[in-house]
Amino acid sequence: MLSRVADSLYWMSRYLERAEHTARLLDVNLNLMLDESSTSSEHRWLRVLTALGKPRDVEWNDDADALTRTLSFDTSIKSSIVCCIVSARENSRHVREQISTEQWHRLNSLYLQVTKPGIENGMELTEFLQMVMEAIHQFQGITDSTMSHGEGWQFIQVGRFIERASATAMLLEAYHDDLWVHPEKIPEGNEYLEWMGLLRSATAFEAYCKVYTADLTPNQILEFLLLDEQFPHSLRFAIDSMQCALEAIQRDSGKNRADGLHRLAGRLQALLSFSSIDDILRQDIVAALHNIQAQCRTIHSTIYELYIDYSIQTALAG
Amino acid sequence: MPQKQSMQSPRMATNNYLLDHAYDEMFLDEGELHSHYELLFGHFSALPADELQRRKQAADLSFLNQGITFTVYGRQEGTEKIFPYDLLPRIITAAEWEKVEHGLMQRITALNLFLKDIYNEGRILQDGIVPREIVYSCRQYRRQMVGLQVPRNIYIAICGTDLIRLENGEFVVLEDNLRVPSGVSYMLTNRRVMKRIFPQLFRSYNVRPIEQYTQLLLGTLRSLAPEGRPEPNIVLLSPGVFNSAYFEHAYLARQMGIELVEGRDLVVHDNVVYMRTTSGLRRVDVIYRRVDDDFIDPLAYRPDSMLGVAGLFNAYRAGNVSLANAFGTGVADDKALYAYVPDIIRYYLTEEPVLKNVETYLMTRPSERQHTLANLDKLVVKAVGESGGYGMLIGPQSTAAQREEFAARIEADPRNYIAQPTISFSRAPCLIGDSLEPRHVDLRPYVLYGDRVTVVPGGLTRVALQRGSLVVNSSQGGGSKDTWVLSQ
Repeated sequence: MLSRVADSLYWMSRYLERAEHTARLLDVNLNLMLDESSTSSEHRWLRVLTALGKPRDVEWNDDADALTRTLSFDTSIKSSIVCCIVSARENSRHVREQISTEQWHRLNSLYLQVTKPGIENGMELTEFLQMVMEAIHQFQGITDSTMSHGEGWQFIQVGRFIERASATAMLLEAYHDDLWVHPEKIPEGNEYLEWMGLLRSATAFEAYCKVYTADLTPNQILEFLLLDEQFPHSLRFAIDSMQCALEAIQRDSGKNRADGLHRLAGRLQALLSFSSIDDILRQDIVAALHNIQAQCRTIHSTIYELYIDYSIQTALAG
Repeated sequence: MPQKQSMQSPRMATNNYLLDHAYDEMFLDEGELHSHYELLFGHFSALPADELQRRKQAADLSFLNQGITFTVYGRQEGTEKIFPYDLLPRIITAAEWEKVEHGLMQRITALNLFLKDIYNEGRILQDGIVPREIVYSCRQYRRQMVGLQVPRNIYIAICGTDLIRLENGEFVVLEDNLRVPSGVSYMLTNRRVMKRIFPQLFRSYNVRPIEQYTQLLLGTLRSLAPEGRPEPNIVLLSPGVFNSAYFEHAYLARQMGIELVEGRDLVVHDNVVYMRTTSGLRRVDVIYRRVDDDFIDPLAYRPDSMLGVAGLFNAYRAGNVSLANAFGTGVADDKALYAYVPDIIRYYLTEEPVLKNVETYLMTRPSERQHTLANLDKLVVKAVGESGGYGMLIGPQSTAAQREEFAARIEADPRNYIAQPTISFSRAPCLIGDSLEPRHVDLRPYVLYGDRVTVVPGGLTRVALQRGSLVVNSSQGGGSKDTWVLSQ
């Protein structure tokens, strides 16, 4: 497969995952604002910005509505939902002949919908966010059922899960202070809502309840989002899936120089597979989450050195 | 053949249908049809207006959903447009096609011999059939190609020739496109849509298939592979997603099952071309390039090109990679050289040209220039290096100021201009709103030259959708029709 094609598929997938994550985070927090009164708006939305990696040029100006609209529609903000969808579609356009017609239709019509003039005022914000999430879920389903699960699809998997792993790590980090350091800051009686909000931000509430019942505690939540083996938005699941895709790519492309990448991803996978929650709680949680994010970044750049951005000398030597 | 076809139905409004000296593809005369159009006209007349509109919308939607668009340059937003599509097919009889096919095969054969000659011995120049200065002053002449051995001596492997019909119904050549002709994907998708929208009508005609084109194209490219490469790796080189024909590049690559590459995907090392893949560098043997000569290798041609591959020309020279079409074919579709093509055919093949040229005045010949300058209001003036309907003066539709401007330009650089009589080329009925109106059409059939010469029975019929307009180019508001070549 052409390196450029792998690059485009990887980013198409990452951008869509990012758009979906942002949409859900906004939707959950808009929804929670309806219920609670005591968690200050400022606290909530600053936490959302942290969970999104503090997007450049976005400030909290004491206006939740303006902030959510910026994060949804502002085309000058690279990480806004509309921008992510435009970027994903642009990437897919570069590999139009590699993806299925069904995939292209789904993504192209989402693009046409969100770039329609007047979309900001055309529908309720929550309606817009729901529409985006639904369309991206459909796209993922179409991808899995209409595209050959060959190398291209594996790069889509890598993009999706590396993005998801980083996003979940950042989300946990953003909640860290409220859940473990200063739980007293959350007004009495609001803990449940906050914790539910965290779970729902990772579509994890129902799945969590099936394992632990509706008994929400910070340590169990951390355990679930970090270490659960079966839940698709947990870090462990994301890293397992990423590693699985990377192994398939290594097989397909016959790279024997992939040892370094295999080791990096395997180390992260081992950390999540063989740690207990007590091990993690004994350490500095923020440092552990930072470490995971840093490892994701290293894996990303190693993928690039190996498959996409390699020098001609190394390629001819190998 | 029935002499008079009764106008069966008043539903299809044809009252404003203009019939004059121009050849009409459907009507012989008022109320009188060419016999091969009778079934078609009957079918369309029997359809209620709203049903027609419904099918028209279905066709448009089908194009939009398939992303069959082209890019219009120079605008920020809305740069992707669908290529307007007319529902009524254009029909060509078996006898008419036979002549067209023969003529095109003759022409591509002669032009290939011509290119081989001028880049090698130059016999035709020594014999004074084509003046040296016409060849050497052409901007598309590539000195680098002199003495270079081209695989199987095929310079033009893929061409699309523009034909028009004169008032007497005869097909003549308006222009040869020997560099990177486009539009073949529209020919193929038009047919697919047409079959879906009018299956019964399609079945009732014996239309020759065109779907084999991509396979023939692949075979042609394979036949050009360098020696010793029995399983050649063939790629399509595109300028990228911002090119107006990107849809076509992606479509053809997908249909042929070959990689669609851009300049940045290719690297040249020790005169061998490789593409960057996830499993390392993979050797490339044949490049179907859709990038112009000027942009293809920044070392050999324009140093500012971002689309090309540095070192590609040397790899080509070394015989390690084949290109279709070869470099320097543009010299043979120069509009001034065009006037010599009939002589070129006679010179190499000792045959009379089957398809005639349009009468052409060369501005380098003083008497023809004088005649042109005196009759600018009646003639069409074209810049020799331009295409896409740019750089043209259509005399009868021009203003005095425009004519003055062109006169000055011709005086300043006569080599750069030619003139032709304004030809009212044929019109075909088009569905405009609810009624049928005639619009000018041309025909671009596609010719392939590999193991043998093949002309796919059909082509792209382009339509000048503006009433009275003679410009069919998509960049200037043109549309297209499906083209049916009958097998009997």
